[in-house]
Amino acid sequence: MRVQVAIVGGGVGGTLIANRLRHLLHGDARHETNITVYDAHGIHTYQPGWLYVPFARQDPEKLLRPEARLLQQGITLLSGHAGNVQRILPAEKRLLTADGELHGFDYLVLATGSRNAPEDVPGFAEGADHFYSEEASRRLQEKLAHFAGGRIITGVASVPYRCPPAPLEFTFMLEADLRERGLREQTELHYVFPINRPFPIQPVSDFVAPLLEERGITVHTFFNVEAIDPARRIVSSMEGEELPYDLLVLAPPHKGQDVIAASGLGDRDGWIPTDRATLRVKGYEEANIFAVGDATDLPVSKSGSAAHYQGHVVAETIAADVQHRPLQHQYHGRVACFLETGHGQATFLWFDYEHPPKPPKPRRLWHLEKAALNTFYWQLIPPARI
Amino acid sequence: MATSQIGKVDTVVDAKGQVCPMPIVMLAKAFKDLAVGQILMLLATDAGAKKDVAAWAEKTGNLLLETSEEGGVLAFYLQKV
Ligand SMILES: Cc1cc2nc3c(=O)[nH]c(=O)nc-3n(C[C@H](O)[C@H](O)[C@H](O)COP(=O)(O)OP(=O)(O)OC[C@H]3O[C@@H](n4cnc5c(N)ncnc54)[C@H](O)[C@@H]3O)c2cc1C
Repeated sequence: MRVQVAIVGGGVGGTLIANRLRHLLHGDARHETNITVYDAHGIHTYQPGWLYVPFARQDPEKLLRPEARLLQQGITLLSGHAGNVQRILPAEKRLLTADGELHGFDYLVLATGSRNAPEDVPGFAEGADHFYSEEASRRLQEKLAHFAGGRIITGVASVPYRCPPAPLEFTFMLEADLRERGLREQTELHYVFPINRPFPIQPVSDFVAPLLEERGITVHTFFNVEAIDPARRIVSSMEGEELPYDLLVLAPPHKGQDVIAASGLGDRDGWIPTDRATLRVKGYEEANIFAVGDATDLPVSKSGSAAHYQGHVVAETIAADVQHRPLQHQYHGRVACFLETGHGQATFLWFDYEHPPKPPKPRRLWHLEKAALNTFYWQLIPPARI
Repeated sequence: MATSQIGKVDTVVDAKGQVCPMPIVMLAKAFKDLAVGQILMLLATDAGAKKDVAAWAEKTGNLLLETSEEGGVLAFYLQKV
């Protein structure tokens, strides 16, 4: 009997798992296993590139590739209506897609990522800018090009959000960009963050705090954004602070995808309760249902890097099971990422559940490595070469 | 928690298993809906919460009435001022 592996989401995690799993299956197991990727768009986006779009350093068109071209031969891709999963029925082991088809599965991987939820903060859609979508990063590029000085507030509207260092990277790059354009003197820069330091992880916070000070960026801690008044251009916090702005650039609120909530698989914000080591969806431990990446409630960064390491664990676990050598691989919380510090320099963060990162001094080398990853992502990550 | 001197709480926020910055964010959100004088109990397992909650109370001018720890679970009692 054929084995059906359904992977919902053709982003970083889903694509890597499909390709890695196919590679790990041999002989009869390869022939008898159908791997199907369901993706609502059929277009794969390299989201980290959006960080550079506001500074006109990245053409957003170049961040897109057809998902079909990233999947090895022998993997089925369903996209558009046929790939847009509307309901997951875990007990029945079925998926319902937008074209009304029901699809059975033996193994299910949920890799649906997250979505921006600007509606969670009153005034966000009208009053704030961001770089968490292609459209928003293009709009911000437009605004920055016309910016002639004033007060810019950067930071995050609420947690969790994708790529925790990104708002800091944006801030450092913005500061350098304004300097290069001769606008730094006319611009006040402020950074807002919900806790009492500029980054959740203490060693990273200790690393960035002096950099922010050195660059003349005022940090407002314990600033949990409550509302934005676009008419008066004021952002206010739950702690009772009000800050006026000319340009407000905040990581938007994030939520899990609607299909997760609609299927009763998410917590209040639509994140999937997931075992931190086995990556199995809690409550369905015996049913071979896994979740990876941004869609999960795991206490690690919502990052492509985490999705990548988790993807390997899930692909190995499913491959072993299909080939009757059941072995549960474990995820240890590994994340590796770069943090741009502006002026063509960056640092490197490498950590897991037990070991916090120790960021080295910013160097040109890390910036060049990040630039290389941005270029070679397509050859390295989706095909699971690393 | 059984050791608490506080008889009555108005809201409980369970941030057990959540890591920084979630406990503070959940606290800030829940506090918004409290009336002056009401008491909130925050449960957390993240050790960093001890320092963060005290600093948050100081910054916002609310009262941290009591902190206790039992079986790895921290319980904070905060009153809205
Ligand atoms: C500005 C920015 C900078 C970033 N920088 C970095 C960085 O430097 N390093 C890093 O590691 N990460 C970075 N990230 C984060 C990274 O892009 C994400 O964490 C990563 O894409 C998550 O992978 P995923 O597979 O979980 O989800 P995604 O890659 O988001 O993929 C989810 C897929 O699911 C599909 N989908 C959703 N719902 C459905 C449905 N109902 N049916 C079918 N398909 C569905 C979507 O179409 C999408 O293709 C950054 C993100 C942003 C926005």
